[in-house]
Amino acid sequence: MPAEAASPVLLAVEGVTKHFAGVTALNEVSLDIHPGEILGLLGENGAGKSTLLKILSGVMPPSSGRITFDGADYQPASPQDAKRLGIVTIYQELSLIPTLTVAENIFIGRAPTGPLGLVSWRRMEQDSRAIIARVGLSIDPMTPVSALSVAEQQLVEIARALSLKSRLIIMDEPTSALTETEVQRLLSIMDRLRKDKVAIMFVTHRLEEASAICDRMTVLRDGRLAGHLERQGGPIKLPAIIEKMVGRAASELYARPAQRAVAGDVVLSVRGLRTVRDPEAPHAIVLDGVDIDLKAGEILGVAGLVGSGRTELARAIFGADRIAAGTITLDGKEIAPASPADAIKLGIGLVPEDRKHQAIFAALGILPNFSVASLGRFSNGFGFMAERRERDALSGFRKMLSIRMASAEQAIEGLSGGNQQKVILARWLARDPKVLVVDEPTRGVDVGAKAEVHQILVQLAARGIAVMMISSELPEVLAVSDRIVTMRKGRITGQMPGVEANEERLMELMALDRQDTPAQDAGGQAR
Amino acid sequence: MSIAEEQNQRGGVTIARLLMSFGPLLFLAALVVVFTVLKPSFIDPINLFNITRQISITGLIALGMTFVILTAGIDLSVGSLLAFCGMVAAVVAKGGTANTLSLSTSGTQGYGWFAALLAAVVVGALAGGVQGFAITRLKVPPFVVTLGGLTVFRGLTLTISNGGPISGFDASMRWFGTGLIGPVPVPALIFAIAAILCHIVLRYTRYGRAVYAVGGNAEAARLSGLRVDRILVSVYVIVGFFAGLAAFVLSARLNSSEAVAGIGYELTVISAVVIGGTSLFGGIGSVGGTVVGAALIGVLQNGLQFNNVSSYTQSIVIGLILILAVAFDRWLKSRVRR
Repeated sequence: MPAEAASPVLLAVEGVTKHFAGVTALNEVSLDIHPGEILGLLGENGAGKSTLLKILSGVMPPSSGRITFDGADYQPASPQDAKRLGIVTIYQELSLIPTLTVAENIFIGRAPTGPLGLVSWRRMEQDSRAIIARVGLSIDPMTPVSALSVAEQQLVEIARALSLKSRLIIMDEPTSALTETEVQRLLSIMDRLRKDKVAIMFVTHRLEEASAICDRMTVLRDGRLAGHLERQGGPIKLPAIIEKMVGRAASELYARPAQRAVAGDVVLSVRGLRTVRDPEAPHAIVLDGVDIDLKAGEILGVAGLVGSGRTELARAIFGADRIAAGTITLDGKEIAPASPADAIKLGIGLVPEDRKHQAIFAALGILPNFSVASLGRFSNGFGFMAERRERDALSGFRKMLSIRMASAEQAIEGLSGGNQQKVILARWLARDPKVLVVDEPTRGVDVGAKAEVHQILVQLAARGIAVMMISSELPEVLAVSDRIVTMRKGRITGQMPGVEANEERLMELMALDRQDTPAQDAGGQAR
Repeated sequence: MSIAEEQNQRGGVTIARLLMSFGPLLFLAALVVVFTVLKPSFIDPINLFNITRQISITGLIALGMTFVILTAGIDLSVGSLLAFCGMVAAVVAKGGTANTLSLSTSGTQGYGWFAALLAAVVVGALAGGVQGFAITRLKVPPFVVTLGGLTVFRGLTLTISNGGPISGFDASMRWFGTGLIGPVPVPALIFAIAAILCHIVLRYTRYGRAVYAVGGNAEAARLSGLRVDRILVSVYVIVGFFAGLAAFVLSARLNSSEAVAGIGYELTVISAVVIGGTSLFGGIGSVGGTVVGAALIGVLQNGLQFNNVSSYTQSIVIGLILILAVAFDRWLKSRVRR
């Protein structure tokens, strides 16, 4: 099966580097891919996968390095240009237009026309029927895309890519929103495309899937090439992948603080927590009986991949999502927060995952961004803001968290990601929470500020706050957690003290089903 | 980004920022100068007070509309609601729907101006509350709910008035529309007081902060513990209240409540708010801007009339100014963001 022996290289990336404002996101990365080959691109969050993807799909050019496609220099000016040259990228967020039919989506911008220059619906229907058959879809091409499942929409995108005569299809986490059966179907279609000499770059977090289907893998770590792996006889073994992904010397970036003596009482206790499947988002992860204890003064790291249910856990505790079963106990009393407002009153704070959409008020100044969760504390009995008190509190936190800002009136949008995050942390600290849940606290935060954010979390715990830190970045989890739990598919899969944890152990618990031994998995069935 | 860079960025756009805050005001000043040059009597205090009286009706509603648009909402029903509240006020003031065209006040058996005022604002606020409820609970977009409201309230007005006006109020009520305190027309005074109160509420209270937050990012507001739905309902109550107040003043001024009053007012009102710099996407804007926007439209109308420009042409000019004002705003913002 390794096809590369015979066929020439289709895409060759040689020493590609990308700098962003002083940060090197991609450092001298090289890889190649042949026609009829499935190449896995793996790496932890922040390893540089998405940067490489953006370069290949024409979103941005590399800072240096050389890319050739089909023997010629490849320098796409835009995503459209990349498509025209034969490289199509299919993102997690699909790019179909939901109100149009499958056929219209496939032929968007190039509908077949009849003699009068009018759209020939009959030809469009016939042609698209043939096109979607290539990916094993037997739906009516005149169905609106909104009526399709996520998996079917994905197949339509692949079909469209094929009809554009794409020679390389890049799939970014295509299985993250699919059910098990849908994943198997997608893998078998990828296998069929391989036989048709289409090259596929499969970007994923799911190690079993990658192992099952990929001929070769390229692993990135911290923006550098960590190594290439090749299928030999059987599928690439998972321990080998994990070793390449995490095999780093303990990074100097996160200085692990001396283990603090944590002997606080249990503040928050979650038992048997379940959430229901939302009919409008049938692929969302549901919690399936989660038990967790959180003690005063500790940082509990919750490690899980995208789609493990870690964010859903935070939202359920915070009253943002409805709970189907289970209990939440705060300070010994059972609580049932029906809204974030309830949870906040009880002393719970949440720094959400998506800062831009869920936390900051981009158009407003730093002051209102800071005080929005404590308007009651910063106003008098008549509802007037006590601005002096408000400003004093902000300048206190400005010093404590070393927030770099020009003035309280400055628009928060003008701050760097790290400083925005500090303002959001200050927003909750102003309320003196008992429990603070931080979801991906350093996402979009530059390297220097990351360590600062970690230090702040440690300080907060030292003040007696129970901190729950959700993260998919293992070095971060290891650096600050007193205790670590891992999640996968809506369940807790492991629990250990921070000192006993290491990346390999955590990655296994996050990425593998417990009963699986790494070597035997779904590989054979996908064929 | 370092501090130096951040500060530098701020310093470099100070002029643009100033223009952004004072652009409409400068434009207003320029208009006054132009009209005065064209016809010096334009600047006469009598004419200026005239303008304030003219803008006070739509200005009052625009104050309420500022709250609504700050939450990224819209209320198209205000013109119809104004007619409806005016009719309710008339019925209360006169104690019935008898269509007395005689301007004599003798023999009226009404409940007096205070009851009329109270009825107008309460009905307006309730109507706004119902629309707010439909928006938050039934999840129908504000545009659709209030478009429906536009038709419903007009229909209700025509039903209770039988299509005609109800006229002839007593002098104590008419004072609110036609009276003067010193040289200042009473409607203008009501508008000024209301504007100051609204400014204080938006700028200095926790409620005002919540309105900006909900408009700036509703999801973040919810996750910060704000009761987003309640705040959304409240802004429609506020604009309804102001439609009621404006209706009372208008009826008092005309000594009549017309079933066809307020047609097209929603457009003037929204124009005033938008020209004043409030973003239709929510979270950005101020009462000061709205007052300037209302004044700008008033000055433009009055000045054009003063120079014998036909009302047809006036519509064209005001429409173009609206588009230019927003285009200018966009342009400034793109410079600031750069």
